[in-house]
Amino acid sequence: MAALESSPRPSLRRRGAALGGVVPPVSLLLVAGAAGLLVGCLRSEVFAQLTVQGLALGAVYGSLALALVLVYRATRVVNFAQGELAMATTYVAWQLIQWGLSYWEAFFATLAIAFVLGTVLEVALVRPVQQRSVIGAVIVTVGLFILIDGVVNWVWGGEFKYMPSPFGTKIYHVGGVSIARLYPGMLAVVLVSVVLVWALFRFTKLGLGMRAAAFRPAESALVGVRVDWMLAIGWGLAAVLGAVAGLMAEPSQFFLEPTLMQPILVYAFAAAVLGGLDSPAGAVVGGLVIGVSLNLVVQYVPAISSELQAPFAFAVLVGVLLLKPTGLFGRREVRRV
Amino acid sequence: MRRLLPAIASLLAVAGLLSALPFVLSAYNVSLAARVGIFFVAILGLNILTGYTGQISIGHGAFMAIGGYTTAVMSQDHHTNLVVTMLMAFAICFVLGLILGLPALRLSGVYLALATFALAVSVPQLPLKWSKFLGGRDGVQTSRTVSHVWLYGAAWAASAILFVLAWLILRGRVGRAFRAVRDSEIAAVASGIELPVYKTLAFGISAAYAGVAGSLLVLATNGFAEPSEFGIVLSLQLLVGAAVAGLGSLWGILAGAAFVGLLPAVSSGVPVIGSSHGRDVVFGAAVVLVMLLLPDGFAGLLKRLRRLARA
Amino acid sequence: MSTLLELQDVEARYGPVHALHGVSLAVEEGAIVAVLGPNGAGKTTTLRAISGTVRRSGRIRFAGRPLHRLGPDAVARLGVAHVPEGRGTFSELTVWENLRLGGYTRRGSIQPELERVFSYFPWLSERRRQDAGTLSGGEQQMLALARAFVHRPRLLLLDEPSLGLAPVLVAELFRIVRELNEDEGLTVLVVEQNAHLALQAAGAGYVLEAGRVALSGTSTELRADDSVRRSYLGY
Repeated sequence: MAALESSPRPSLRRRGAALGGVVPPVSLLLVAGAAGLLVGCLRSEVFAQLTVQGLALGAVYGSLALALVLVYRATRVVNFAQGELAMATTYVAWQLIQWGLSYWEAFFATLAIAFVLGTVLEVALVRPVQQRSVIGAVIVTVGLFILIDGVVNWVWGGEFKYMPSPFGTKIYHVGGVSIARLYPGMLAVVLVSVVLVWALFRFTKLGLGMRAAAFRPAESALVGVRVDWMLAIGWGLAAVLGAVAGLMAEPSQFFLEPTLMQPILVYAFAAAVLGGLDSPAGAVVGGLVIGVSLNLVVQYVPAISSELQAPFAFAVLVGVLLLKPTGLFGRREVRRV
Repeated sequence: MRRLLPAIASLLAVAGLLSALPFVLSAYNVSLAARVGIFFVAILGLNILTGYTGQISIGHGAFMAIGGYTTAVMSQDHHTNLVVTMLMAFAICFVLGLILGLPALRLSGVYLALATFALAVSVPQLPLKWSKFLGGRDGVQTSRTVSHVWLYGAAWAASAILFVLAWLILRGRVGRAFRAVRDSEIAAVASGIELPVYKTLAFGISAAYAGVAGSLLVLATNGFAEPSEFGIVLSLQLLVGAAVAGLGSLWGILAGAAFVGLLPAVSSGVPVIGSSHGRDVVFGAAVVLVMLLLPDGFAGLLKRLRRLARA
Repeated sequence: MSTLLELQDVEARYGPVHALHGVSLAVEEGAIVAVLGPNGAGKTTTLRAISGTVRRSGRIRFAGRPLHRLGPDAVARLGVAHVPEGRGTFSELTVWENLRLGGYTRRGSIQPELERVFSYFPWLSERRRQDAGTLSGGEQQMLALARAFVHRPRLLLLDEPSLGLAPVLVAELFRIVRELNEDEGLTVLVVEQNAHLALQAAGAGYVLEAGRVALSGTSTELRADDSVRRSYLGY
């Protein structure tokens, strides 16, 4: 049996060396990219609008990518149902609004429901299979993809649903560029959620336990961490991040339909792989990069029209896997017999 | 030889049963049985990939799309004989599978699943882009349509030929190499197996099978090749079938193909499940339940029953 | 003194391989007990059976409570700290986070425990923000031990603490273990290749051979035993 183990050998991994080896070129690249965007924004209104919109969409992709990464890091399972789960929770929010809740009441209630849903799925369906085989667990998530899709269509039907806009219809004018409040709003909501999740992992005892359980489950159990609970909570948090992505994707599409998250899942896969499948920061950065570049490429590269967004993301995904499988921020995995 | 006898007997039984069916069944049921044959071909191909190399693909619907469009376009534009278009679908998908299988050399496990998923989402977008050539959202139609019985014969003849081909491939040196790759990649390399060659080959073969299945599927839908027919759901259905089938068993693959091919029709009279969404619910639940309860699919169940019968 | 830990006919297996064939031993409260034996005798497995990281059968009682049905995290919460062979530090986390994990089962502030640990390992305090993976092997071993002390266990399971350490560090490590034992009454069960060192620190010991207890007694008795002398002490 070949086992995947995240390495590099500790003695080889001095912090300075690890950062010196990988991060500066990457961060230089990102800084150069950001500078390029800034110049473009100053020179062209359309470019500026597309960039802001791309950042907002990219934040949504990044949020879903982060959900994928959290699950992957803890369990080595790629959750194909993550997008459909996000779509389903968005329908829950729509239903809650129909029942009379305000948008933001429904928003927070939905996050709570998503958390419960995520944990229950992990405990009931994924864990029993995952103990036998990781690929088996991946197939279960594919099954959940179809199942959730079917349930949503069945309960709510396939026709478009409309939700009230969370950010109103206000339009800002910044130096001659008109920007709908929607986009900065989306960006802010997603980034706040991401920062909160990051803070939970970074500063709380629970977060420490979750990180420990993801890195070294056996040793974590020895210090008293309930590894099973940590994995379930990880799935719950991933579902919450997914729900945020779904709720923020809806206003950008202006309506809700069962296929809402399917293209976004592909972009999120590309984002997660671009950033490195086990790097949370990479997922968010990857999401922003994919979001902006999709928007700009479709506008400025004539050969790539909007139908080719998914193939473009696919090309990015395969390209990264071929050229640098660890992504921008990932660590090398060592395969052992 | 003695070990082969029961296998040959069950093969003959299946073949006999299948050739009798068209005389017994109504036209509608013959078309259903043809559908099962189409999925049999595709799942058989997937079985070679997943079963004998341990690789998983969530994107073989993409190759069905390519095979299907091959048949539709060749028939429409050049009036090529339909059987010839199937051979072309086989060849084109084999080559494309080899080319797209090259990345598969470097990917394993979940990474390959990711890449193939993205492939499945991407390929149906292409006809929208090159709509002049591929018909856009409306699709392309073959120059002639076929009867249910013709389709039935073609589907099961293809099944039989490809089954024998798979058997020939898998029992020899290539099959041994495939199994070694599945059991341990690193050990396989250590024992001198050229990993890239065999992984790509397995991918190419399974893609070629999917191509033939796609070609048949277009004929089954009145000769229409359209993007919506080959969406991600088709790829997922193949995976459902493969999961139900389990590994390396003729009966398992038949069960998987029958499950995917017949469920929509069988359930159409049933309330709730009858709608296309209810069907998705059943498909999804079936995958989850099979993975939970029958991790080795129908093939594993048969093996267990046989062991029980002997004990 | 009362018995803190008692094993009766404990068996353990890794898949088809039988590692323990009925091990019985007892550890008195406040004692240091050594487990000796050749490679593959089942020393590490004995510790793993106690902490629940291997499948085991037989009876294990800790402070009057049965352990043999509990998982590793539950055993840890009862006050057993297991420092596994090869250290088991979390190299991806900082020194401080490693120590914090040691106190994972404790409610409320662990500040007093941290200060106590820093008094034993002053250098840890300076390097608390560093990734544990950047420490040297010896430092990681010390960190693993420090982490176990933050836990404030009633029973400390130490697996080959001297493995790969410079002699100076080994002596330092055993000095600290003894000090904690004397000052705070920490009970220790230590597996050690270096029998000389182990019997010096321990009051009693067990010799395992092929998954069974071959010999047991006080350290003085064991040191006097001919076979122990020949096989493990080398004189």
